[in-house]
Amino acid sequence: MMRLPTFTYVGAKTLEDAVTALADDPEGTRLVAGGTDLWPNLKRRHQGARSVVGLRRVAGLRGITGDPAAGVTIGAMTTLTDILRCPMLRDGYPGFVRAVASISSPVLRNMGTLGGNLCLDTRCTYYNQNEEWRQSIGYCMKEVGDTCWVAPGSPRCWAVQASDSAPALCSLDAHVVLHSTAGERVIPIADLYNDDGIVYLTKSRTEILTEIRLGPAGARRSTYWKLRRRGSIDFPVLGVGVALELDGGTVSSAKIHLGAVHSFPVAATAAAAHLLGKSLTEDVIAEAAELAKDPASPLDNTDFTLQWRRRMVGSYVDGALRELAGLPPKATPSVHGEGALALEV
Amino acid sequence: MSEHVTATYRVNSEGRTIAHPAHHTLLEVLREACGLTGTKHGCELGECGTCTVLIDGEPQLSCLVLAREVEGAAIDTVEGLEGRDLHPLQKTFADLGAAQCGYCTPGILMAAKALIERKPTPTRADVCEALSGNLCRCTGYIKIIEAVEWAAALCRGESGARPADASLYGVCKEKPHG
Repeated sequence: MMRLPTFTYVGAKTLEDAVTALADDPEGTRLVAGGTDLWPNLKRRHQGARSVVGLRRVAGLRGITGDPAAGVTIGAMTTLTDILRCPMLRDGYPGFVRAVASISSPVLRNMGTLGGNLCLDTRCTYYNQNEEWRQSIGYCMKEVGDTCWVAPGSPRCWAVQASDSAPALCSLDAHVVLHSTAGERVIPIADLYNDDGIVYLTKSRTEILTEIRLGPAGARRSTYWKLRRRGSIDFPVLGVGVALELDGGTVSSAKIHLGAVHSFPVAATAAAAHLLGKSLTEDVIAEAAELAKDPASPLDNTDFTLQWRRRMVGSYVDGALRELAGLPPKATPSVHGEGALALEV
Repeated sequence: MSEHVTATYRVNSEGRTIAHPAHHTLLEVLREACGLTGTKHGCELGECGTCTVLIDGEPQLSCLVLAREVEGAAIDTVEGLEGRDLHPLQKTFADLGAAQCGYCTPGILMAAKALIERKPTPTRADVCEALSGNLCRCTGYIKIIEAVEWAAALCRGESGARPADASLYGVCKEKPHG
């Protein structure tokens, strides 16, 4: 039996309890929401904790309010299944809901929360292994070692961003609310992420992510495409979040964010800029897809070869843009959460 | 010695007050403190689904639930599936031989029970999706899927919906391309 290590558990009932407990020992305390990331990490001894603050019973952190016309607020403890079962989110923010539908498996979506998915630890072939495996290579710099085995000459850790909801919400310009004993602050979700595999969040150790805020949906079209080996359970090997608006047939705004090809959800800014003021023709889409490959840095840190993953960035951006343009898919379309969307109606 | 807690759990509609190590998961409490070994421990990391139980009616992985966090919740395990008779899922799994080693079966039964209760007439795609977090390394999935579909029909009060022999054992007698 692979057991959890011992720790002091604080079952917070109010946000005040939670931020106070966190402020007592920020370095030794971890937060637990759905537990689907923290418990495996503690079991495998990737992470340690003197104490764990449980957010499950904190009042007011779970639920979806507002509407797509005015904007929607989602509590950080809202489960991924709650999101799939919310018709107004499907109508207003299809790219985000598709990203949630493609996260892991139904059982894990019943447990996992949106806040937890956004704060998901970065992952790596050399890190997400058992203790004996990691010990045999002298660990890596994300743990107690001093080498990044993905790029041994590198001064930094290249563990990969693994959340599906993050690139989708970045493309939709969502904001997140962070709470601490010092009060609350609201930041664009893209600013939550740091270009580092170890310190991958800009959120301080004393802050708790409490809310996700989506602006008015307007006429924005959005989608999310996910590459993975199996149709369920797997973390993304590539995630493409796209949101754009058309004005009289030409693109008036566009955002493309790529997941799982860097330590943070990376913006494909040149590709998005290329679309502005143009019609979504096959050629324009293909040119943008080519440009989207530039900011992606797939390395030997997850499934599949990095050359192929880089090529897939172009294919997936192309496919996602064609979908939003109403063009037929070039190849048999892959599955990006359709099963979960049908199941959780 | 690790810190212990005393907590009251509602397992299969029965209240149980148990003292257990404070850091134990629901899986450990069910198997080791309650003696309910029907729920299996597989990967223990949330990847295989064999420890699936229902918590307030939703399938969840007991290996990734800190037991004390679900004190007071309704917990249903495979032991509670059988009433006066076998549950239709147990009947169809047995009749169709939808198990080889059987290690994944308790988790699949619980995930399937939640599916049938939420969607009495699931499509094949629904069944596949609902079970997509439960891995079976023996049978392939055809008999499992057919057993769930048949059980759903029995739960709807339909009879004689036993899947045709043609698809039993995963053998398709029709040529795939004409």
